[in-house]
Amino acid sequence: MTAPARASRAAPSEGAAGPGRPGHRRSGPADVALLVLCACFVLPLLWLVLASFDAEAGHETRVPGAVTLDNFAAVMTPALLLQPLWNSLLLSAGTAAVTLVAAVFAAYPLSRYRSRFNTPFMYAVLLGTCLPITAIMVPVYGLFVQLELLDSMPATVLFMAATALPMAIWMTRNFMDAVPVSLEEAAWVDGASRMAALRTIVLPLMRQGLGVVFIFVFIQAWGNFFVPFVLLLSEAKQPAAVSIFSFFGQHGAVAYGQLAAFSILYSLPVLALYAIVAKGAGSSFALSGAVRG
Amino acid sequence: MGERGLLRYLPVLPALLLLLVFLAGPVFWAFQASFTNTGLTGRNARNPEWVGLENYQRLLLDPVFPLSLGLTVLFVAGSAVLGQNLLGLALAVLMRRARRAVSSLVGTAVVAAWVLPEIVAAFAAYAYFSRDGTLNQLLGGLGMTQPDWLYSWPMAAVVLANVWRGTAFSMLVYRAALNDIPVEVAEAAQMDGAGGWQRLAFITLPMIRGSIATNLMLITLQTLAVFTLVWVMTAGGPANASTTLPVLAYQEAFKFGDIGYGTAVASVLLLIGAVFGVGYIRLLREGKR
Repeated sequence: MTAPARASRAAPSEGAAGPGRPGHRRSGPADVALLVLCACFVLPLLWLVLASFDAEAGHETRVPGAVTLDNFAAVMTPALLLQPLWNSLLLSAGTAAVTLVAAVFAAYPLSRYRSRFNTPFMYAVLLGTCLPITAIMVPVYGLFVQLELLDSMPATVLFMAATALPMAIWMTRNFMDAVPVSLEEAAWVDGASRMAALRTIVLPLMRQGLGVVFIFVFIQAWGNFFVPFVLLLSEAKQPAAVSIFSFFGQHGAVAYGQLAAFSILYSLPVLALYAIVAKGAGSSFALSGAVRG
Repeated sequence: MGERGLLRYLPVLPALLLLLVFLAGPVFWAFQASFTNTGLTGRNARNPEWVGLENYQRLLLDPVFPLSLGLTVLFVAGSAVLGQNLLGLALAVLMRRARRAVSSLVGTAVVAAWVLPEIVAAFAAYAYFSRDGTLNQLLGGLGMTQPDWLYSWPMAAVVLANVWRGTAFSMLVYRAALNDIPVEVAEAAQMDGAGGWQRLAFITLPMIRGSIATNLMLITLQTLAVFTLVWVMTAGGPANASTTLPVLAYQEAFKFGDIGYGTAVASVLLLIGAVFGVGYIRLLREGKR
């Protein structure tokens, strides 16, 4: 590692190293190390991909004897795949919509008014982002039993929205802070109310940020297993995360190829959504709320 | 002046209600229920009795609870503090030195494990560590022994699986932090003859120590709450050998129907979470000063 490091000092940044990378052109060892790590991260996914195309897939990872789409065809039935995916879509889109609306309303006064109330509220909300959600599932189950809300999709949406809200409020307020107040003032002079100015001036200007929050919450809800697992009981309402688990049971007589095919079909939408957001807003988007404070 | 006062904070109300009813409410209910003998079904579900500290006494006497607490510490320390944190930092540092194509390739692979729905990641990890899974096939190919990971080494398997699943977060935090370091600083050190390791130890790490602390707090909190990965891979077994606190709380409350005892376990988890949450917020406030 040290020899190429010294050599590179003689020829500082040859341009190809790119901007922001101070003078090292010693990519060799770093490249090798990264490729090895990359392989380690890809290996656990290998089984998923290979098994999905293998008619006789089992636990072991192997190149399928004959590539087949039978597994995909077998799971693409309304009861097995489409209904659960539709439920996932309802839950995730519902959660993201409720979260976004509540977060925008909450962020407006927090961003636009100065008050002693703001800072303690924002820190209390931040504490909410730290809450280990799995720890409150037992009491939440108790709450849902008392209010007779078990197995209710709308109630599950409201709970998932509440868990997503703390992070969403922080992100939304940061995006709203970036829109100058002076732009709204013109609208007020013309007699627009604050809410009208919010709708016609502020929201359109922060629509990219709102998209990030929506997709971020959507991805989290789509992948959530534990919450619907505890709160939704009837098969007809379960999202894909739960139906895949109950259908394939726990490692009993499992059709591994179909399990893999189902997993891939269920994962694709969020992988695509993430790719869109990461491209648009930089891959550190998810952190803009919490880490930067 | 007319619209001053509480009225202009009216829009906060929907969010506030959601947070109070679905987050703050259950937290307080958890602490309260942990002092009762509330059951999932039967007489104790309808008319729970106040039992004082009985559940907590049971926690201390129950051999599974200290085991579970220890396993949780092991899980968090091994997979988050050591695994995700160090690997994330190493990846971020290496990615600045590698060719752009290589660094975006590894970035995609690491992030993919993170973006995948947790149940899918858990299935993949289960297949990877199973008796005749990918890992043992590789070890066999190298002529090494192939243990039954999920049976003989369940904690090692879930720790490694969680490193695989969660490292992306630390990597992204550290990439952002390293990008914020002015180029001149590294260049000046290089002029003064500092080698790569020296620059890392005396310049880079001290400059990003705020991010390191924040990251440690956040991944500790995230890892503390991991349920699905462990549940799918080992279900806490064999014989409680991988029963972390979330798994224990779930089992006591839902499998054995003892909500009171389950919430006592959950309350301990909440308290640990609160300690780290408060620590995280203090760090952020200090960072602002």
